[in-house]
Amino acid sequence: MNISYMYSLVAVIVLFLVAYVGVMLPGGEVFFGIIIPYLALVIFILGFINRIIDWARSPVPFRIPTTCGQEKSLPWIKPNSIDNPTTIGGVIIRMFLEIVFFRSLFRNTKMALKEGDKLSYEWEKWLWLFSLAFHWTFFVVLFRHLRFFSEPVPALVELVAKLDGFLQIGLPELRISGVVLLAALIFLFLRRIYIPQMRYISLASDYFPLFLIIGIAFTGILMRYFTKVDIVGVKEFTMSLATFKPHITEGIGSIFYVHLFFVSVLLAYFPFSKLMHLGGIFMSPTRNMVNNNRFKRHINPWNYPVKVHTYEAYEDEFREKMVEAGLRVDKPLAAKPPEEPEEKE
Amino acid sequence: MPNKKKIYDKGAVLVGLCIFVIVITFPFWFNFGNAAPAPEPKISDKAKAAKECVMPKEYMKMEHMQLLNEWRDTVVRDAKRIFVSSSGKEFNMSLTNTCLDCHVEKAEFCDKCHNYASVTPYCWECHIDPKETK
Ligand code: HEC
Ligand code: HEC
Ligand code: HEC
Ligand code: HEM
Repeated sequence: MNISYMYSLVAVIVLFLVAYVGVMLPGGEVFFGIIIPYLALVIFILGFINRIIDWARSPVPFRIPTTCGQEKSLPWIKPNSIDNPTTIGGVIIRMFLEIVFFRSLFRNTKMALKEGDKLSYEWEKWLWLFSLAFHWTFFVVLFRHLRFFSEPVPALVELVAKLDGFLQIGLPELRISGVVLLAALIFLFLRRIYIPQMRYISLASDYFPLFLIIGIAFTGILMRYFTKVDIVGVKEFTMSLATFKPHITEGIGSIFYVHLFFVSVLLAYFPFSKLMHLGGIFMSPTRNMVNNNRFKRHINPWNYPVKVHTYEAYEDEFREKMVEAGLRVDKPLAAKPPEEPEEKE
Repeated sequence: MPNKKKIYDKGAVLVGLCIFVIVITFPFWFNFGNAAPAPEPKISDKAKAAKECVMPKEYMKMEHMQLLNEWRDTVVRDAKRIFVSSSGKEFNMSLTNTCLDCHVEKAEFCDKCHNYASVTPYCWECHIDPKETK
């Protein structure tokens, strides 16, 4: 039994029960429906800004991009202007492709010993595929949720929902993104459990967000296809949050509050967790820097004046002794003016 | 020692943070000053006369799509057209001829909720709304 993952699993189950039972207590709906979500959002926004500012305070004086292509050099050598960017434009394209398509993850390889002692590097795209699937579907699900937070609902949100349900399976229509989200999360979890090296390096802080988001997707799917929820009532409630006139709609089931509580926990936990890579990716010096070491001088901002003793000064100081000892000197001894005896007064 | 007060690339960082805050607070500024009352689907006179729906109201509110799905499958696959409700009444399982027979005005009933909840059932690509064709 793996401690890290048991702790996280137990934590998420406890959170489930807290919300599930909590909303049944008097005042529970106001607490879990209004107070906690607003609080979580405030923590999320302030925590996020704080973390980014903290990162922005760390100087990165030198260019340290991880480059994956030919640097710009002689005119007849073809530079790779995206993987080894020498202009801001190149960096923007590079960052965009990294954030949207996870290109660095695409380069992932698996190293293994084959046939005894032969070292081999193998194609390994599953992590890339499933993490891309996870992040994209998470975004699509979140984006579709805007239907609860806008009136009138923007046409783009409706279009995405329509495309998402284009298989037209069942009623209510199956939303592909929700299912893929859950499947990708389960893959990412099994990967940590089944690959020994992964299990070894996985901590509770890796499992907890996974379980929490699995919990969110699970309760969402449960609500939409199985236990059902009064959507019009839900929207009445969410719109009251969005217009700062919060009031509870009666008769929305506990599962909805569990879903909402999980999301609130995720928001509040976000700035203090590894999930901050959402903001961090923009701040990574190995990605967001122009590789212009060879034609621009970068000066360390915290260089303080160092007391230096240059060779010239050293020689000036010891020239006579050096000459005496037969050492080579840069400047020959100046022909000394004949010493004048010091006058005594 | 690095100067712990200074924010490096201040301009870019602040622009980024502003974008973040604007995106995150979308629901608040998008709906600012918008009352957006919940819809009140109009129960037509004909429906009122019937007093109750094919199933209890709470069930209809949340699960009418599931019911329609069952109706569709039963009619199209099993060729059975009679539905017996929980209160023992018999209904012809038909979208246009039953649902819209009581809920005469689709635009004042079904669409009211659906617009609010942002759902656009594709049923009407084939099934007709008698009101609309007139
Ligand atoms: C009380 C409000 C309300 C009324 C009235 C109503 N609906 Fe709905 N209907 C909904 C909601 C909300 C959904 C979406 C549920 C969801 O997204 O999980 C829905 C979904 C549907 C769907 C499934 C659409 C999809 O793409 O998933 C169909 C079909 C449907 N309604 C048919 C009807 C018909 C026909 C009528 C009129 C006779 C009607 N509804 C009246 C609220 C209502
Ligand atoms: C015999 C007439 C009749 C038929 C047929 C009928 N309904 Fe109803 N429906 C009603 C009445 C009456 C109500 C209001 C019930 C109440 O207020 O208790 C209602 C309520 C509803 C509601 C809930 C509205 C709300 O305000 O929450 C929905 C959704 C609904 N019907 C959908 C349908 C669908 C879908 C069908 C076809 C499967 C259908 N109805 C067929 C009479 C009917
Ligand atoms: C591609 C065209 C098409 C679409 C789209 C479509 N249907 Fe149908 N539907 C049919 C046909 C054809 C029948 C068979 C008619 C018959 O035998 O009486 C049918 C029958 C039905 C029936 C039973 C018979 C009747 O008179 O209503 C129901 C209920 C039904 N459909 C519901 C739906 C719902 C709900 C949707 C939307 C989610 C939908 N259908 C979308 C073509 C369609
Ligand atoms: C991290 C953010 C969230 C994630 C990942 C998420 C995930 C999901 C998923 C996967 C579903 C299943 C149906 C679908 O695919 O659309 C769902 C449904 C649902 N979610 Fe969320 N959710 C989030 C935030 C919220 C919030 C903030 C609310 C409201 C306050 C909410 C309310 C609902 C409701 C009411 C449903 C049922 C939808 C229906 O029946 O059509 N969710 N959610």
